Amino acid sequence: MIAIIDYGMGNLRSLQKGFEKIGAEAVITSEPDTVASAGKIVLPGVGAFRDCMRNLAEGGFVKPLLDAIAAGKPFLGICLGMQMLFTDSSEFGLHRGLGVIPGHVRRFPENMIEDGKRLKVPHMGWNQIRLLGDNPLFQGIDEGSDLYFVHSFYVIPDDPGVIAAKTVYGIEFCSALCKGNIFATQFHPEKSQETGLRMLKNFAAI
Amino acid sequence: MLTRRIIPCLDVTGGRVVKGVRFLDLRDAGDPVEIAERYDHEGADELAFLDITASSDGRDTMTEVVRRTAERVFMPLTVGGGIRVIDDIRRMLNAGADKVSINTAAVERPDFVREAAERFGSQCTVVAVDARRVPGEERWELFTHGGRRPTGIDAVEWGVKMEMAGAGEILLTSMDRDGTRDGYDIALTRAMSDALSIPVIASGGVGNLEHLYEGFTDGGASACLAASIFHFRESTIREAKEYLKKRGVPVRL
Repeated sequence: MIAIIDYGMGNLRSLQKGFEKIGAEAVITSEPDTVASAGKIVLPGVGAFRDCMRNLAEGGFVKPLLDAIAAGKPFLGICLGMQMLFTDSSEFGLHRGLGVIPGHVRRFPENMIEDGKRLKVPHMGWNQIRLLGDNPLFQGIDEGSDLYFVHSFYVIPDDPGVIAAKTVYGIEFCSALCKGNIFATQFHPEKSQETGLRMLKNFAAI
Repeated sequence: MLTRRIIPCLDVTGGRVVKGVRFLDLRDAGDPVEIAERYDHEGADELAFLDITASSDGRDTMTEVVRRTAERVFMPLTVGGGIRVIDDIRRMLNAGADKVSINTAAVERPDFVREAAERFGSQCTVVAVDARRVPGEERWELFTHGGRRPTGIDAVEWGVKMEMAGAGEILLTSMDRDGTRDGYDIALTRAMSDALSIPVIASGGVGNLEHLYEGFTDGGASACLAASIFHFRESTIREAKEYLKKRGVPVRL
């Protein structure tokens, strides 16, 4: 059973329905105990880093999540759920994350230019991923596939070896990572039509 | 490279999609979930639902439409119309929407946009700006209540204010062009896009594919919203994207 962590941030229903569509059982849970009993864990998240971390802590999820990750349970972080794995984020001041992946979360630079035009932030819409290395999450996913992004901050892992995909938006940034049992994407598989559903299926099959 | 988005818009009332001209002469035009699925297959980048019912029981019907759509279609979904309090947003997000668009409530209480962005994030807070050109001038006035009520506020200045309040995107509709099929108000779209650092969605007036091209290039829009041309199957979304690609606009095919 896949546990989708509900700590009061955003639309979780699409994620659950996405797993349902590919034939996997997923439950939305606000009970920290479920993290221990689940076979796999998905940490979604939209909104601000600080609020997400605070809600995660207030919901009693921090220790169960760290324990489950350390125990080798397959884990998928999406968007803020990816960013929170890192050491810290500079969104609304410097805030500590879960510290599972050493590195930082930073805002896109001001005044990025592409084709002579100033790029808008947030980075919102469909953009391509460049795959790096082999990764079960990307089984059957084509190089250059379009995925749906919506974010103003991006992750910078200290160890570039964990980067599973890169995307260009003014700068090139880490759009997916893989480290042992830990998988994370800056884009939203649950909003990325067939390509995204295939990734959910891959995760369910790990 | 980030692709430009094509967003089909569905006007919904009583659980059905309707089409009319400027909210008049409404005709039943199908089941929203079925139409959403068709657009999904054609390669739409996002979907927008506009709830054109004002009553509260109408909103429950709308929530159900969002719920059923989110079960079948896995792409970003924006819902507008009747979003007035934080609970309206929560209800739509829980039903499976990703963004809500706020119009009248933002003007009546600008702090509402700030509260929404703080609570749910800028990424789901879209402000809908309905604008009409001030006759003989290169500026536009903001309207509320589905474009019926003038505010005396400059539309572009309002957009800047909403960006500062935390809006993640502006859905910009030209009231002059809406329903005319004469194309977007390009000067308005360009003025708004140049003034803001958040994405602008152009809306109102699309009559052919050339208009989409103009919205992206001359208007500087990040996304183009259209209803009739897709609705009446004058073009599929795929045809629109193939056309844009041929003309050098980056799109997802």
